[in-house]
Amino acid sequence: MTEPSPDVPGFPFACPMPVEPGDAIQLAHGGGGLLTRKLIDGLFRPAFAARPEELTHDGAVVEIGGARLAFSTDSYVVRPLFFPGGDIGSLAVNGTVNDLAMCGATPLYLSAGLVLEEGFPIADLRRVVESMRRAAVKAGVRLITGDTKVVERGKGDGLYVATSGIGVVAPEVAVGPSRVRPGDKVLLSGDIGRHGIAIMSAREGLGFETAIESDCAPLGRSVAALLRLGADIHCLRDLTRGGLATALIEIAETAAVTIRLDEARVPISAPVRGAAEILGLDPLYIANEGRFVAFVPESAADGALAILRGEAAGAEATVIGTVESPSPAGALIAHTIGGERALGFLTGEQLPRIC
Amino acid sequence: MKYVDEFRDGDAARRYAAAIARITTRPWTLMEICGGQTHSILRHGLDRLLPEGVALLHGPGCPVCVTSEEAVDRAIAIATEPGVVFCSFGDMLRVPGTNTSLLGAKSRGADVRMVYSPLDALDLARRHPDREIVFFAIGFETTAPATAMAVAQAERDGIRNFSLLVSHVLVPPAIAALLSAPDNRVQGFLAAGHVCTVMGYRDYQPLAARYQVPIVVTGFEPLDLLQGIYLCIRQLEEGRAEVQNQYSRSVRLDGNRAARELIALVFTVQPQHWRGLGEIAESGLGLAPRYRRFDALTRFAKIGLPPTSPNECIAGEILRGRKTPDACPAFGTRCTPERPLGATMVSSEGACAAYYRYRRRAAAEPTTPSISETCR
Repeated sequence: MTEPSPDVPGFPFACPMPVEPGDAIQLAHGGGGLLTRKLIDGLFRPAFAARPEELTHDGAVVEIGGARLAFSTDSYVVRPLFFPGGDIGSLAVNGTVNDLAMCGATPLYLSAGLVLEEGFPIADLRRVVESMRRAAVKAGVRLITGDTKVVERGKGDGLYVATSGIGVVAPEVAVGPSRVRPGDKVLLSGDIGRHGIAIMSAREGLGFETAIESDCAPLGRSVAALLRLGADIHCLRDLTRGGLATALIEIAETAAVTIRLDEARVPISAPVRGAAEILGLDPLYIANEGRFVAFVPESAADGALAILRGEAAGAEATVIGTVESPSPAGALIAHTIGGERALGFLTGEQLPRIC
Repeated sequence: MKYVDEFRDGDAARRYAAAIARITTRPWTLMEICGGQTHSILRHGLDRLLPEGVALLHGPGCPVCVTSEEAVDRAIAIATEPGVVFCSFGDMLRVPGTNTSLLGAKSRGADVRMVYSPLDALDLARRHPDREIVFFAIGFETTAPATAMAVAQAERDGIRNFSLLVSHVLVPPAIAALLSAPDNRVQGFLAAGHVCTVMGYRDYQPLAARYQVPIVVTGFEPLDLLQGIYLCIRQLEEGRAEVQNQYSRSVRLDGNRAARELIALVFTVQPQHWRGLGEIAESGLGLAPRYRRFDALTRFAKIGLPPTSPNECIAGEILRGRKTPDACPAFGTRCTPERPLGATMVSSEGACAAYYRYRRRAAAEPTTPSISETCR
């Protein structure tokens, strides 16, 4: 059913999303999968996007007075607030820093909005703020403005953080899926799956023998080092919600290409593999907070790889796939013992298996 | 990774496939019982390695898929009762009942929580004595011991605000039901390695003898499955019908004695309604009389259920091995993991979900327009 909007001059908004009576937001609408896409494509983009390419991604680049600025915003509702390898504070800083870096920008300034629940311990807030400070110093950004709101007890989940950030994009830099070409190599900056498993084990008290720490880290420096290769960097993407597979499928679909994934070369640490096997999760779809892929032409792949391997946590950086002409078999293809398989979007978040 | 990599070796898999081809002289139809096996077969493309004429049918061994619609409706009704915290394995949350799913109920305000173990639900009951904690106890012999443990501990600790909606099912009676069907096509079974890890495989011996079918207790990795298929076809080719244990690194003849004793203590065997298969005698577990006070059926005896409506889902045909998911007219169109018509499209062990994930043509996927000046 399409609801006509009330008469607002210059704002012809008609919602094309079929809203069934009684339909309500489900958690999967925020899971980064198909439902999230439907919400964005069916509701947000028709309302706000002036051109088809707007609001397709986590950051935008605008030109103001001759300068190219990247702008991004993100909200953090992670539970638990403190987890092995990070906390909501470092996550909120690094997440927005990384969204800017993926625009090919040098991240510069952040804002932070804190929504606190009545009764939240000040000591915990102090820890989070200190963590944000350290993360900002490490990422080379400054937090220059912010906002605080307190909601009644029971109306929040302790603490939510929203950060926005701006960065500057050098004139010669042009990264985006539209620049991805058949023949490009796909480089991965390190091992995958740690953040999602760390959060899940902290949240559910799974108590694995080996502590798995989140990979939460700023990517600005690695990206800046890569961008010294200039126009050879075709596309960058961090591997957050939905993991490596979702990121690659999105890029392949936008670029109208097929990516052939060499699954065996994707670095996954033994504890993460073990945990994923036990829980019945596919590491390719598990979230990361400090990993990204870079698309470069084959001629630049060795150079780019050397740069990545020289960066912090980059020892395991490797080539994991190749871009090909679009194939009817799918956007992302992996080899299996008996042939090949197409990887698709997951519907919601991966849920642990029963037995 | 030990116990994984060596069982996923592509060269070894192809050698096994060649060995299967060498001993196969005519068409054979096998069924893998467990949904985990189905997913492994499709994920690794093992069915494509088999000689022509060897068919794998996907069995009813997905705990979520065989849980009856009525049980799901009852779960949703209980979850919506005031004061209730309804706990379930994650996989079960998306399964459609008549009108909605547990996740749908949650989005409308029901307190539905995902747990990894019934013991986590029991722990919630300890921490929230003012709430009524209900655990949706589903699954085969694999999950039954943990349910039994939670019930035994609840009794031991005198916990009153904890109950279970029990819908546990047993594999051997389902195999017997499939084999008794007049149109049965299955000539050999790959039994589920995890179920047999708990229960052993003594119960399968009378089935093999009575119905003259080979049953091979099989693991879940590619080489396990190919070896299971090899052993099963070798028996068929030689005219034997025995129980063999391929998954010997995990399964013993008598299984896990402690787990079996706990199951025997807490549960009684009873008839059970299977989604798609109907009622099968002695195929379910209910709480033994001593533990009835933990039964959510008694505690919430007065709740009403929605009237059931006809559904075009052919899960019953699929769970019986009569049809494959891609033969369903609704597959991938009116029925997707997002808007499933039946549980087989939802569960991580469901056959339809496996086909959707590993065998669907991606050509129909919409592509987003290409973009210029955006970052991602």
